[in-house]
Amino acid sequence: MRAAIRTLVFVLAALIAAKSAAAEDTLEAVKKKGVIVIGVKNDYKPWGFLDPSGQIIGLEIDMSDEIAKKIGVKLEKIPVTAANRTEFLQQGKIDAIIATMGDTPQRRQVIGMIEPNYYAGATNVLALKTSGLSQWGDLKGKKVCAVQGAYYNRRVSELYQPELVVFPAVPEATNALLGGACVGFLFDDTLFSSWLSSGDAKWANYTMPLTSEDPQPWAIGVRLEDLKGPFGQLLSAMVTEWHKTGWLLEREKKWGIKESPFLVEMHKKLM
Amino acid sequence: MSGVAEWFRWLNSAHGINLSIFYDGFDQRRFVTGIETTLGLSLACVAASFALGVLGAWLQGSKSRLVRASVRCYVEFFRNTPPLIQLLFFYFGIGALLPTFPDGSAGGQPLVSNLGWAIVSLSLFAGAHNVEIFRSGIEAVPRAMREAAEALGHTRFQIFRLIVFPMAFRISLPAFNNNLVNLVKTTTLAYAIAVPELLYASAQIWSESFNVKEMMNVLLLVYLALIAVVVWGMGWLERRLRIPGYSV
Repeated sequence: MRAAIRTLVFVLAALIAAKSAAAEDTLEAVKKKGVIVIGVKNDYKPWGFLDPSGQIIGLEIDMSDEIAKKIGVKLEKIPVTAANRTEFLQQGKIDAIIATMGDTPQRRQVIGMIEPNYYAGATNVLALKTSGLSQWGDLKGKKVCAVQGAYYNRRVSELYQPELVVFPAVPEATNALLGGACVGFLFDDTLFSSWLSSGDAKWANYTMPLTSEDPQPWAIGVRLEDLKGPFGQLLSAMVTEWHKTGWLLEREKKWGIKESPFLVEMHKKLM
Repeated sequence: MSGVAEWFRWLNSAHGINLSIFYDGFDQRRFVTGIETTLGLSLACVAASFALGVLGAWLQGSKSRLVRASVRCYVEFFRNTPPLIQLLFFYFGIGALLPTFPDGSAGGQPLVSNLGWAIVSLSLFAGAHNVEIFRSGIEAVPRAMREAAEALGHTRFQIFRLIVFPMAFRISLPAFNNNLVNLVKTTTLAYAIAVPELLYASAQIWSESFNVKEMMNVLLLVYLALIAVVVWGMGWLERRLRIPGYSV
């Protein structure tokens, strides 16, 4: 028994040592490997989604491409969800997160958020036009679909007390909404506006009946130790450049997203 | 209570071990609801799958070939497909086709809730295994016993209820216990259709409080305790039902 405990302690100590030894500068490591691994969304049109051939494309993929090009390495995209991206980053499975991630104080404790932010979204609910919802308080006690790991789930359930039905990813929640399992779908208004403006017949009877709330800027995420390091600085400089040159505004237009006041403001401020 | 909460708050700030379920009221409520849902789901599935198992085993001895074949089909279908896929099939495949009943809101309430589908699907899955388990028990009951009962003028149902099943149940108990333990563990699959059971509650908590490691440990311990209670309870039942002098 004693020996077993001693072995266990030894193994744990070795694991901890190995973990700290692995922490080297990500930019160097990426250059050495010749490939940068970025966690992206594949269910969030048009930021990151699958085209008919199964390729992940979208605005955030364009950003990832630019980063890979700048460093001079190949890009590898790994689809992530709100619930697993933090762990993927911390475990070193991915080098950065560009996955519609809201920049919140809680997340800042575990993820390095690159400043400036590259986009901003807010929270709304997608529901049938006939749902009878007109203000947030109407959600009380109603079944509302949501996606795991979204930062507003907790805020909305505390403030308005809907009965949240939280699914692992967007497709399941969408299906549940279309199947009538909930009155509405609580998510980013940016995603909903892109759906509603897509002209897809399945959304013809749907609308965002509430006023968007709780605006939240989006940031590229890196490991905390990279935030002030060369990797973080490089990304920060790139985002600043994108705002300055209007590249993000141009991309936004290309992907058919309604012009966001946040991008316009950032562009003016930095120009 | 507040002393405990303070201590766990301190544990988080001093050592970075974040057990938010002990100091954050919101997380705590979610976790407790999770435990309640898991217990309710498990009990409902155990009861329903037991009933299905008994019914299936009885019908397998039926004279009608059609009935026997239907039981066979049921068992093969549910035993040979993954339970997660069955669950998703029921919820997304069948659930969407069913009519909704009006509750004042526009879409109306679905006929069967996600918890309802989880109970139906997991019970059918475990029930299929129970049919086979009880069948093996029934086949192990000596033929002579049944013949003796027939000679005494018992009907087929009486023989099953009074003689064959009580013996067969005792023989099947170890395998049945095994299946129940599996069933309780399988309830975690209900997570996929957003039934607020333990895994779901924990996943909500860790995706917002970023305490995956802590919650994983808590989850393992809670399930270990839960299964220990099941195993202990079934062990008690096994001892309780033992017939002295009758070996199986």
